[in-house]
Amino acid sequence: MGQVVQYIRSYLSSDQTPGAAGNMFWALVYIMLVFGGLSVAVIAMNWLERKILAHMQVRLGPMRVGPHGLLQPIADAIKLLLKEDIMPAEADGVVFWMAPFIVVLAAFTVFVVVPFGPTHAITDMNIGILFMLGVSSLSVLGIVMAGWASNSHYPLIGALRSSAQMVSYEVAMGLAVVSAILMTSLNAEGTGTLSMIGIVQAQQAQGEWFIFKFFPLGLIAFFIFAVAMVAETNRAPFDLAEAESELTAGFHTEYSGFRWSLFFLAEYSAMIAVSSIAVTLWLGGWLRPFPNLLNSSTWDLVFSLFPGVTFLLFAAMCFYNAVRMPKHPLFRIQTIGLAGFGVVLGLIGLVLFLPAVSMRVQDIFWFAAKVAGFMYLYIWYRGTFPRYRFDQLMQMGWKVLLPMGLGVLILTAGVALLQQRIWHP
Amino acid sequence: MESMLHITTLHYLVLGAALFLLGVIGVLTRRNVVIVLMSIELILNAVNLNLVAFSRMWGGLHGQIFAIFVITDAAAEAAVGLGILIAFFRNKETVNIDEVNLLKW
Amino acid sequence: MAPVATPFFFYLFAAIMVIGGIMVITRKNPVHSALALIVTLLAQASVYLMLYAPFVAGVQIILYAGGIMVLFLFVIMLVSIDRSIRERQFNSQWVVGLIAATALGGLFIAVYTKGTNIFPEHALSIVESDNTQQVATMLYGQYMFPFEIASLLLLVAIIGAVVMAKKRI
Repeated sequence: MGQVVQYIRSYLSSDQTPGAAGNMFWALVYIMLVFGGLSVAVIAMNWLERKILAHMQVRLGPMRVGPHGLLQPIADAIKLLLKEDIMPAEADGVVFWMAPFIVVLAAFTVFVVVPFGPTHAITDMNIGILFMLGVSSLSVLGIVMAGWASNSHYPLIGALRSSAQMVSYEVAMGLAVVSAILMTSLNAEGTGTLSMIGIVQAQQAQGEWFIFKFFPLGLIAFFIFAVAMVAETNRAPFDLAEAESELTAGFHTEYSGFRWSLFFLAEYSAMIAVSSIAVTLWLGGWLRPFPNLLNSSTWDLVFSLFPGVTFLLFAAMCFYNAVRMPKHPLFRIQTIGLAGFGVVLGLIGLVLFLPAVSMRVQDIFWFAAKVAGFMYLYIWYRGTFPRYRFDQLMQMGWKVLLPMGLGVLILTAGVALLQQRIWHP
Repeated sequence: MESMLHITTLHYLVLGAALFLLGVIGVLTRRNVVIVLMSIELILNAVNLNLVAFSRMWGGLHGQIFAIFVITDAAAEAAVGLGILIAFFRNKETVNIDEVNLLKW
Repeated sequence: MAPVATPFFFYLFAAIMVIGGIMVITRKNPVHSALALIVTLLAQASVYLMLYAPFVAGVQIILYAGGIMVLFLFVIMLVSIDRSIRERQFNSQWVVGLIAATALGGLFIAVYTKGTNIFPEHALSIVESDNTQQVATMLYGQYMFPFEIASLLLLVAIIGAVVMAKKRI
């Protein structure tokens, strides 16, 4: 018993990720935490996307289930789980069964290396970013399998479109990533790194987020990645694989119930995954804004208040809307529920003000806040951009993004070389 | 039993040989061009496994570098092979390799 | 972190690879073959990790499983496979082929049983943490010329594939 406690406690003093320290227990705890956080994020995204899209189109969005439709995702989940699970008679059983699991596995496995903080990652791999890109590119296999196994025309066309699109944009994406990785080698030691934690630490050491490095080169690389990642996750305006006006629902037309919800889950966690790549590579990962300009301890304190303040703001929003709820007695439960939700959020916010907690949580908070910004962008794109045509999509990938990526890579290498040889010999 | 539990280079070589044999059998016996091409990939992978195992054995990285070159080559081979396959299918409406028996169409 | 339960994982991945390989060459449907091959490739990436070659493992996943195999699946969907599934699966020289393969297997067995001393157990300790940096240094240093040739090969392959697959150029 003592040994077990010792094993569990031994990690607490280390400054490594549990995977790198080789502590199975804490690795499992972190996996649970990441998985739980991801599920909550997907549920929240489900509600937020509908709400934000609705408000962009001057609608109300879900309002019936729970106050302001807050319980809508849960109702949806129950509906999907209870729905009949249909498999087409002519479908290829095993492949049809496996496809959603492969997509989900690929989307979740990448979070093994996502760095939420200097030690807040499940593990730190030497090949972190390569691993992330590789495993997230496996999800295309699941999509192709789903489309093929359905043995139906719309899914097959959707799968063909999706695989062509994802393979094309992976090239541009890879080039943008390489130019960011090139920047990590401009440390004092002069060795670059592929490790996700190492990339953020390189930005910390160089005192600059890579999006601002060698302005405008970093910005262009980030732009290429930002376009390619939308295409990579099959989201609007590049959602040709599931263009509902042409292909009903694309590769998952024949899926229903639980299997369909797996695709849904995978799509959203893949969005979070690629956003966290972008945040890690260009936006400084867990680093708070202006770490080198406003670096006095007063500013440290101010920035450490942000997590708590955010939650208090959410709580205030809840209370404001609870007060504005209709006063009819039928709405009493909803009003109380909303106020209760506000109380919970407020209590979380208060807990986050404790110095011991806020020191540990702020890395995660800044990372999550940046990723949340990307999630909002995704919804915004969907609300505003018309869908691309397939030839336009291919032209964009091969004739615009790819040459741009190559140019940025060459220029970055050139400028980096100049900097090393001439400006700081 | 002791030799079974201590994984040496030879274990990796035997695994590579098994994969190589499977690939060779696939290339020599199957009719479907796609599966023949995939068997070639199996062969290349078996070679890669041996290269990386030797790289571990000698403590150098030359084997790994060579494995990366082999993977590059496999990509080129797959692209050209599948291109030929599409051209062939367009002309003869079949993917069977023993129907490729004309020198000129 | 020191490796844990190496024999168990080696035999696990070896079994997956061999079973996957057998599936590749025995399935009627090329899509099933391709999926079996993907499983084999992923298991092989794990074996690379056990051999302290994380970079090769990453390249294996991203290029083979995520790139080449998608190309394969894409082409399988483009050509109609219904007819070839219903036809004879093995060509007319399959007996000869099997005999040749058996002979090759015999050769392997002979070499690996007689020549154990050709493969001494060095197992030098490789530092895993800077594997990528070392690979990069060698690839862009000592192997610069082969690297450029490889890029030329890829260019030729791209042109060749386009010429082959496009109807009118």
